[in-house]
Amino acid sequence: MLLKVENLRSFFFLDEGILRAVDDISFHVNEEETVALVGESGCGKTIAALSLIDLIPSPGRVVKGKVYFNGQDLLKLSAEHMRRIRGKMIGFVFQEPSMALNPVFTVGYQIAEVLRLHMGMGVKEAERETIRLLGETGIPEPEKRFKAYPFELSGGMQQRALIALAVSCHPRLLIADEPTTALDVTVQVGIIDLLRHLQKLYDMAILLITHDLGVVAEMADRIMVMYTGKIVENAPAVDIFKEPKHPYTKGLLGSIPKLGKGSKNPLQGIPGAVPDFLDLPPGCTFHPRCELGDRDCRKKFPKLFAVDYVRHSACYKYYKV
Amino acid sequence: MADVLLSVRGLKTYFPFGSRWFGTRGVVKAVDDVEFAIKRGQVLGLVGESGSGKTTLGRSILRLIEPSEGEVYFEGQDILRLSPRDFRMIRRRMQIVFQDPYATLNPRMQIRQIIAEPLLFHKMVPPNKVTSRVIELLTKVGMEAYFMYRYPHEFSGGQRQRIAIARALSMEPDFIVADEPVSALDVSVQAQIINILLRLQRTENLTILFISHDLAVVESIADRIAVMHEGKIVEEAGTDYLIRYPHHPYTKSLLRSVLDVDPTTRRPVKRRISAPTEPTMK
Amino acid sequence: MKRKNRFKKLILFGALVLPGSGHLLFKKNTKLGIHVLLGSTVVALLLIFRWDRFVHTFQSRAFDDWLALIFIFLSWSAMVFISVKHTYESLIEKIKKPKIKTPLVLASRRFKENKLAVISLYVICIFYIIAILAPFLATHDPSAIENVLETRYQSPSWEHPFGTDEYGRDLYSRALYGARVSLSVGLLAVLIAITIGTLYGSVAGYFGGFIDSLMMRFVDVFIAFPTFFLLLMLVGVFEASIVAMILILGLTSWPGTARFIRGEVLSLKEKQFTEAARAIGLPHRTIILRHLIPNGISPVLVSAAMMVSSMIYSEAGLSFLGIGIRPPTPTWGNMMSAGRDALLVAWWVALFPGGILAATMLSFNLLADGLRDAFDPKVLMRRFL
Repeated sequence: MLLKVENLRSFFFLDEGILRAVDDISFHVNEEETVALVGESGCGKTIAALSLIDLIPSPGRVVKGKVYFNGQDLLKLSAEHMRRIRGKMIGFVFQEPSMALNPVFTVGYQIAEVLRLHMGMGVKEAERETIRLLGETGIPEPEKRFKAYPFELSGGMQQRALIALAVSCHPRLLIADEPTTALDVTVQVGIIDLLRHLQKLYDMAILLITHDLGVVAEMADRIMVMYTGKIVENAPAVDIFKEPKHPYTKGLLGSIPKLGKGSKNPLQGIPGAVPDFLDLPPGCTFHPRCELGDRDCRKKFPKLFAVDYVRHSACYKYYKV
Repeated sequence: MADVLLSVRGLKTYFPFGSRWFGTRGVVKAVDDVEFAIKRGQVLGLVGESGSGKTTLGRSILRLIEPSEGEVYFEGQDILRLSPRDFRMIRRRMQIVFQDPYATLNPRMQIRQIIAEPLLFHKMVPPNKVTSRVIELLTKVGMEAYFMYRYPHEFSGGQRQRIAIARALSMEPDFIVADEPVSALDVSVQAQIINILLRLQRTENLTILFISHDLAVVESIADRIAVMHEGKIVEEAGTDYLIRYPHHPYTKSLLRSVLDVDPTTRRPVKRRISAPTEPTMK
Repeated sequence: MKRKNRFKKLILFGALVLPGSGHLLFKKNTKLGIHVLLGSTVVALLLIFRWDRFVHTFQSRAFDDWLALIFIFLSWSAMVFISVKHTYESLIEKIKKPKIKTPLVLASRRFKENKLAVISLYVICIFYIIAILAPFLATHDPSAIENVLETRYQSPSWEHPFGTDEYGRDLYSRALYGARVSLSVGLLAVLIAITIGTLYGSVAGYFGGFIDSLMMRFVDVFIAFPTFFLLLMLVGVFEASIVAMILILGLTSWPGTARFIRGEVLSLKEKQFTEAARAIGLPHRTIILRHLIPNGISPVLVSAAMMVSSMIYSEAGLSFLGIGIRPPTPTWGNMMSAGRDALLVAWWVALFPGGILAATMLSFNLLADGLRDAFDPKVLMRRFL
């Protein structure tokens, strides 16, 4: 077990109240595995990822929980120690490459900087390795791109450069936050191929955070579905898509237009809208929109029931789904 | 036999760039000689990636961006040749639903005012019937009547998009350009909006140009699909046909890029990553 | 039943006579109730203690007096009306309509959190009310000169709270009338400036292209003029009356606002709700007035508050130098100028007007800060998730 998260809670302390972005989630990621954290916008998945490496913007902070990476609790480390782990052992790919890359430095400089810092390489060595990395991520003419500034590159190239940056130190775990969302479909495919190739090459584990179930289907071994800050279903990918055991997951799958279904067929959809974090329904936060919801669901948020030894669902009525 | 409602011929929208004083004046050919036709009651899906010009095309048809050249025939009349004042009266019959639900409604206006504005301007109903018509329209898109006293910031993205649809419907248009109406919404809400559009298209006999980058979304709503790439339409066919038997290489690559939501069928892991065919520089 | 009705009537009568009491009795809108109660008390006190003035007003034709009188009458009526209405509603237990959450309501809620800004707003309002009611609050005629040698340069006392100046005039009363000048110049000049500036700038920004360039060139030329010398010139050419001051200050400041709002309009023009308005086919003027200006007005209001402060300063400065409004009309500026010579001997002559001037400007600046914080939508943290 490479990463083990236990009862993680991250809250935002606002004037209007306490926003429970991440409310008691627990999961684990094994070596060389791809685990996906799935949910719609505003479910807390990005904050969950940022919590792992202590990058939550204020007024938020991790309130409780343990994050074991290679046996060490990351949350208990000093800032200095955390900085050493970040980048070297855990790579992070952000959503908007144009915003994650520093616009005033060349792409090559930024990657080489990381290599010099974490791997102790000299300037020339770092430059060579950077060019090699850029080429490996599929960027054509890497020697030229080394000297390019981020804004000169297209979106897909920027993302590849960002990925090169993230894997430069051969991290054990790569956290990818919506790596394909800002990109065109044809570019998207290239990035997915790249990630899977790199994973195989470097024996990395990937924690994938996304709302795109298509990407998840291509990449993930296991999936965790998040809703209003909590994990509502946790199961192997094949099981989730074939036999979802939570009404929200089922609704999500029914909402996706699938190619080949023919024209003019109405989609299923989920009635209502995602509730405001500061005004969550009591008990199971999904019950107002749930077809199986009844009075019992209103009392307390269901814990993760074991459907079988690999599948868990936070629903009192999971057997009916 | 349905007649042709909208027909576009030789449409070009070029944007000049570069300084006029120094250097060469270049043009961006956003829409480069486009031609197609939509029959009344049909839904034409326009698919393309960013930079393909599909958004510009949608706006050019409505003259929100003035095209450089070409003809746009609405019910047989070339609307590009009309004077702005004459066109203003036709405008109400060609409406648009925008992409960003958070920017599409005036934050300072009540929902009631937002929907009533076009009603009053085009004199669709007598003044004393305005409120009841607003309620009717809100109900049509599945919203409660009392919502009309609220302001846009009190609503979620999906709800705002419904309001935008209600606003477009208030003018009883024959033709609607839906410019990526669901791209900014969550998946579950996407499905709701698509269902609403499907239903309304049937009940109001709307003719829709549905623009999107998501082929699967377009398939669920369109009768015919046109594929756009770098300003030109590279292929156009009936939905089922295009998806099953694509001809143009770009169409094929688009279809290949659509990820199917099935973990058992995956792309093979590449042994080596080669330089991709995607654009490198901006 | 009859007793209850009579009781109700008694309460209503009480609300009529002593506005505000109703609120407190029923614990409804107590904040409003306190304000109304205070207001009505003040009005009552004024009428009782200054009955002579009240009578005098009916006889004289002075504009100042009538302004004060009308103001008292209107505010009294308003307070009575509010008091009776709310008391009545409490009695019959009317169901309250849910408050509509306009963006303005949201902004004012944010504004209220800023205690400093709220205090400034109060101070400003009180200053304006005092200025309007000057005829009733002044103890002496600000221009009255009698027994100069005996009454000149008297230090602050009970009879002359601010002392007297070199001609024996009561400085407290002069300060009150001076407030009228300064505050009205500030407010009206700014109103002129933002009205012209907003219309001009939004038209330029909306149409863009050649029209925009042309209009903005004119603005640029205007701004390039050093304001101070421009003011000097204009004041020299036209005689410095209050009206002239207002017009001059207003007409020299509108280009700044125009530039400002042009920027706002340029960005708002690209927003989709503007495109939607065009798609509907709305005429240009509707789009500008209904869609663009209301959304772009917030920073203009903030800068307006700052501009009032600087207008008051400009007027005071010009009067101080002797080229603005001349004595005997009192303004804070020329009062300070007169007190300059006697600063060591009779400090009160310059200090009080100066102090009030500083306090007024500070209040407007703090108000501007508060407005800016209130209008600036705080980062929507939710988007992060």
